[in-house]
Amino acid sequence: MAHSQAAHEGGHEVHDTTTGLSHKKLLMWAFLGSDCMFFGSFIATYLVYKNRSQVGPFPEDVFDILTTSTSTFVLLMSSMSMVLAYNALTRGNIKGFRIWLLSTCIMGATFLAFQVFEFNEFANHHFELDCTNLNVEELTDFEKTFVDRCDGSVDHVEIDAGLTPRTNLFGTTFFTLTGFHGGHVAIGVIWLLSIFFYSLKNNGITPRHHEEIDLAALYWHFVDVVWIIIFTVVYLFGVFPGFA
Amino acid sequence: MTTLSIPLPKRPSHPTGVWDWITTIDHKKIGILYGVTAFIMFLSGGIEALYIRAQLASPEATLVSPEVFNQLFTMHATTMIFLGVMPMGAAFFNYIIPLQIGARDVAFPRLNAFSYWTFLFGALILKLSWFMGGAPNAGWFGYSPITGLEYNPGHGIDFWILSLQVLGIASLAAAFNFIVTILNMRAPGMSLMRMPLFTWMTLVTAFLLILAFPVITVALIELLFDRFYETNFFVTEAGANPLLWQHLFWIFGHPEVYILILPAMGIVSEILPTFSKKPLFGYPVVVLSGVIIGFMGWMVWSHHMFTVGLGPVANSVFAITTMAIAVPTGVKIFNWIGTMWGGSISLKTPMLFAIGFIALFIVGGLSGVMHSSAASDAQQQDTYFIVAHIHYVLFGGAIFALFAGIYYWFPKMYGRFLDERLGQVNFWLMFIGMNVAFFPMHFLGLDGMPRRVYTYPESMGWDFWNLISTVGAFVLGFGVLVFMVNFIKSVRNGETASADPWDGRTLEWSISSPPPHYNFATIPTVHDRDAWWVQKRERIPAVPVAGSSADDHDEHHDIHLPQPSYWPLVTALGLFIGAYGLLYTIDIGSVTRVPVVGIIGGAIILVGIAAWALEPVNEPDESPEHH
Repeated sequence: MAHSQAAHEGGHEVHDTTTGLSHKKLLMWAFLGSDCMFFGSFIATYLVYKNRSQVGPFPEDVFDILTTSTSTFVLLMSSMSMVLAYNALTRGNIKGFRIWLLSTCIMGATFLAFQVFEFNEFANHHFELDCTNLNVEELTDFEKTFVDRCDGSVDHVEIDAGLTPRTNLFGTTFFTLTGFHGGHVAIGVIWLLSIFFYSLKNNGITPRHHEEIDLAALYWHFVDVVWIIIFTVVYLFGVFPGFA
Repeated sequence: MTTLSIPLPKRPSHPTGVWDWITTIDHKKIGILYGVTAFIMFLSGGIEALYIRAQLASPEATLVSPEVFNQLFTMHATTMIFLGVMPMGAAFFNYIIPLQIGARDVAFPRLNAFSYWTFLFGALILKLSWFMGGAPNAGWFGYSPITGLEYNPGHGIDFWILSLQVLGIASLAAAFNFIVTILNMRAPGMSLMRMPLFTWMTLVTAFLLILAFPVITVALIELLFDRFYETNFFVTEAGANPLLWQHLFWIFGHPEVYILILPAMGIVSEILPTFSKKPLFGYPVVVLSGVIIGFMGWMVWSHHMFTVGLGPVANSVFAITTMAIAVPTGVKIFNWIGTMWGGSISLKTPMLFAIGFIALFIVGGLSGVMHSSAASDAQQQDTYFIVAHIHYVLFGGAIFALFAGIYYWFPKMYGRFLDERLGQVNFWLMFIGMNVAFFPMHFLGLDGMPRRVYTYPESMGWDFWNLISTVGAFVLGFGVLVFMVNFIKSVRNGETASADPWDGRTLEWSISSPPPHYNFATIPTVHDRDAWWVQKRERIPAVPVAGSSADDHDEHHDIHLPQPSYWPLVTALGLFIGAYGLLYTIDIGSVTRVPVVGIIGGAIILVGIAAWALEPVNEPDESPEHH
């Protein structure tokens, strides 16, 4: 009794606790609840400042839904491979565990690569106005403000309109919200990778450690769910006019 | 645990003296560290307050400059809230909670040490700002746009942001720890509705902490980005709305008020039954009221913003919720009075402070109900009436309860009583000083004296009450001085206290004073509410009192307690250096603003966390054989 009570921090075998949940599991749930408020505050900030930017570019100028849908798909699939990794481990299939865990890491890293690419694209956003064949109806509100550059002397104009956190309120709120989410994904990738390398050692990870993996998986799925909200609220609502 | 391939410095084994305190992960020692640090911070905040009162004692005084005055009131409030009352509460959580629930330590002992060191470093960042180019000066709620670079180009606000971020990490880590400890480490038989009230209120407070602190974290990140990286969160020219700051701040700030007062209510709910020799009147209702207060604390934040023009609908809704939250508070007060009613009351110092709490908290609560009405608040907003209100609830409320707690649990912590005669002197000086200092502020406020003013002209007719208030503040300060004398005297020469000096009701009184390092030789079994009281009265056998037999220690050397560790301190130190690192950057060649110091801090954090994660809770080879 004395022994099991005091050896609590390890706790992946016997759950000698009041609730039956291990301490670490309970800690993780409390942390995720807290993190909800963290992202909730950033999302609230984004929504409060939606459509308040004084200068462009605006969401419909920079967002490329197809690209972001692809990276969203990759992140969602990484959640599935995380489930398969945990499942393989509980069945004692260490090899399968390693494969699925590594693919989770790769998909997480792919998502981050997409994000870096996207941030870079936004920062270097530029467009061209074809003055000889100008169809104002097809232009975004922001692009329309440049129409008077077509003053008859040129047949096309190139406009550099990069979006950075300093450009306008959209840039400020977009980059902080998605940046902090990206930071969460990066921490998750490092966490999962360190488990992967630990598992390469003989008996580094065994089915006995399933709880450690379960905790990382909980975190990973949470970060994934947050992205679904960000993708919907920021990207989809930002591009489809019905939600403006 | 598998052997490590990475060579780590040898773990501290059986450290002594200062090293013992630096590497300790014993919740009792950490509790004392919290308490002593918080008290020193309380003194520094008190000195800042006395400067403010000395400046305001007479009209057109020039004791301090207007610039320093702004820094004084900002530092006074920030210090008292974040470095005084909150960590003083944490001191009691640490020391008392594991003892009340029959546990040997908290759920994550190293995380607990990390919380303390991070708190200490966060406190240092704030207080050192006095010597590093100026303290923050925008008030404790730092309204935008006063905190923007344009109006506040110095580093004061930067120190304020960084300090609050670091303190936030400390509070969050501690709150996670106490949620898990309370939910998961209760002795067998201690169901939720058998938990002592102090444990209950700590649980509610911890939930408020983990949900409220992320909001202020985000607000501070936004402000920090605006100041350091020129983003637009609070730049009105870019279309930003300064009310965003007010909303985020008070969504955190109002639950924060309950984070300060709920532990105080918990302490009082322990002391009143003990010194009335009666169980707490209406225990389930008191618990439920505390939970409802914690829940409704989220629905009232805009009553801090009645005068910003949110419109009649929003103002009415928040006025109604604010009035409604007075109901569970009133219920608690009636239950406390009901507890004393017909009891055999012993007016020892802890009881005096507890009764003082009820009296003063009622005064503060009543003025609170007065400005819950939006129309009435429009007259009181930003006047000394508000200053009077918050000092009645936070000084008369929280601080009095914390002093009650110190007098109540001191015998448990040190095995000696605080001197009763000095205690009585301490109480009456503080009680009288507090009322003389803060009651006149009601008159001044209703007479229109605005808060945060550096001075006032003679013709306003505010001279007399300001002078009285200053006299009261110094009487109060003298009362605190008496407490310090009492503490220093009693730690060494106080009257020896038994294990159960007050005829207590909860489990901490079932073990020796001070408790053995393993707390409970055998984990107790709980049969009822007021577990120890019932055990004493009904002579339920089978719970031996630790320290009762001479060879007790030998008998229980197989109790595995987590061992000391350096890594919590190292990780906290990394945070400290990293926080300063955001501020001090170097230009290397064409690359500007390279946060060299920050990178060093970050590296220290990484090393600390990695070593911490790989370090087993107990060194297997050092543990004795299992029995």
